[in-house]
Amino acid sequence: MAERLKTTKDISKFMADYYYELDEASKSGKRKIAWCTSVGPAEILRSLGFLTYFPETHAAMLGTSRMAANLISSANAIGYSPDICSYLTADIGSCLQGLTPLTKAFPGIEGVPRADVLVYNTNQCRDVQDWFSWHAKRLNAPLLGLETHRNIAKVSAAHVSSIAAQMENMVEPLEHIAGRKLDLDELKNRVALTRQCSDLWEKCLQTAAATPSPLTFFDATTIMGPAVAGRGTRAAIDVYRLLLEELNERIEKGEGAIEGEERHRLYWDGMPVWGRLSMHSKLFAGLGASVIASTYCSSWIFNAMDPARPFESMAKAYTELFIVRSDDYKEKYIREKLEFFKCDGIIYHDSKTCPNNSNCRYGMPQRLQLETGIPALIINGDLNDLRLISDEQTKTNVEAFIEQLEEAKA
Amino acid sequence: MSSIYIGVDVGASRTKAAVLDGEKNLLGYAVRKSGVDFSATAEVCLAESLDMARRGKADIAYTVSTGYGRSNVAYSRETKTEIGCHAKGCYFYFPKAITVIDIGGQDNKIICLDAAGRRTSFKMNRKCAAGTGAFLEEMSSRLDIAIEDMDTLAKQSTSMVRLGSFCTVFSATEVLENIRNGKKVADIVKGVFFSVIQRILEMDSISQDVVMTGGVVANNPYIVTMTEEQIGRKILVAEYPQLTGAIGAALYAIEASSRTELTG
Repeated sequence: MAERLKTTKDISKFMADYYYELDEASKSGKRKIAWCTSVGPAEILRSLGFLTYFPETHAAMLGTSRMAANLISSANAIGYSPDICSYLTADIGSCLQGLTPLTKAFPGIEGVPRADVLVYNTNQCRDVQDWFSWHAKRLNAPLLGLETHRNIAKVSAAHVSSIAAQMENMVEPLEHIAGRKLDLDELKNRVALTRQCSDLWEKCLQTAAATPSPLTFFDATTIMGPAVAGRGTRAAIDVYRLLLEELNERIEKGEGAIEGEERHRLYWDGMPVWGRLSMHSKLFAGLGASVIASTYCSSWIFNAMDPARPFESMAKAYTELFIVRSDDYKEKYIREKLEFFKCDGIIYHDSKTCPNNSNCRYGMPQRLQLETGIPALIINGDLNDLRLISDEQTKTNVEAFIEQLEEAKA
Repeated sequence: MSSIYIGVDVGASRTKAAVLDGEKNLLGYAVRKSGVDFSATAEVCLAESLDMARRGKADIAYTVSTGYGRSNVAYSRETKTEIGCHAKGCYFYFPKAITVIDIGGQDNKIICLDAAGRRTSFKMNRKCAAGTGAFLEEMSSRLDIAIEDMDTLAKQSTSMVRLGSFCTVFSATEVLENIRNGKKVADIVKGVFFSVIQRILEMDSISQDVVMTGGVVANNPYIVTMTEEQIGRKILVAEYPQLTGAIGAALYAIEASSRTELTG
């Protein structure tokens, strides 16, 4: 395998600091903690002094640590179906069994932090609302939520104003829990920090347009923590400055992210299979294929964030997301990415329990292949539930797909 | 003696070996249950196919293996996916734009080839066993009949039973229900065949000439007839449909050998 990015160490330290700070606050009670969905209104929470904890990041850790499959069954047993989001079932199972990967990853941490409030945005899916609702009842903590629009072709003023109004309505109850008033300048500051973090993250991901690409999708999934959990903080910006510098150095030296020749450049649509990141990374790299870009990792790019109009711009940024858009928009978006990153193939992960992030169920691969001539492969799997995965089928499918691309090249 | 080329297809259910000469003539072949020791079965198939070809190991110029157990063949020099090998084998017999339908023991494949034999797309069944040889094995066990008797029985059907479920286990329950209701075994078997065909035709839209391959087709040619009725077109079948993957692997072996010679 090619050498790991050196900045990975800085990102690991960032994540360790993040979890230890939460843990300290949880134990001492000195600071309030808000649980927030991955694309929830973190800027409002931070500006009110909350530390923010993201259960989705924890659920992804349950996946990468391969603890999820054994935990999901506990959630299934209390009525949460194996067919619904396996982030939800893994996280609830983790709570039911009292097990978390945080204890192993960060010695001294005994569990997930307590919650003073839980805040969701249904822009990810409706499951986050059920997930947070279960925790809110268990923790006897208040639950607040934003109800998003879906299937959006063009983001309109009506979309933005309705979400902005929901955000503004959230302020008063949050102020009550936080025990302080919202400082608008602080909110503007947090929005500005998110924007800077987002711009840097976008630039990092765009380095993959170079040939050979200095970054793979699999690398990106392991270094996106600060873009999710750290947006609205200075530390996330600092760490992505370092990352961008290193990626640009790789480009200058002509160093690719995979060892050997980058014979094929692939795009990944859908969730990663968290418990198979390393296996998939090696599988593709071993075949001379670099999976260089993805829809998923780009989900934390918020170009609309504008400190001059904090509520409106947050509402716009969180409504412009790929996941809530119409299929026409999504097709155009992917077509542009395929062109920008010079991809010669696309992988769709049909994630059994994540329909919102599986874009291959309504004919999109067929339509896009017809339009672009770029071959597509659909892999059946799941983000967290390894019971839904056949490694052998994945391997045969990927090998056959690369054979097909080789034939096309010959 | 001229060189020979070996293709070995270690499938989930059966292992197949094919021996070709440099002119792409099939000199020998063997088919065995894959069992639990893929490596040993591949050796036995090699020995049997060489005996049939009246040739020895010393004549082998190159071997390519394919199938689930492709990495377990000690004497293979290269591996290729079964998708590639079935495509190669079918195009060899029918050199035109074709859609290959392979019904294997563990999975089904639909592979589209252009007029030059290049793959343009392929689909494998999802994790479920619906429509595969494994489905037929389960149903033969449920009906208490030998799998090799299914073809003859299906042809005797006068009033086919329709099985509605996608799932193998639910289909087995439907079969039980039909037995309880006094339906004839022949009618149920034809319904089982029909279910296999439906599962396959749901995988992709079929617009080109169709070639069917695989052990299920080799042992149950009536499935081809029934599929023809469904799609309203004649279906092409190679002389040895179960060997197509192994023959495809042997054809890759010929290409690889000439490439090796060229590069020294």
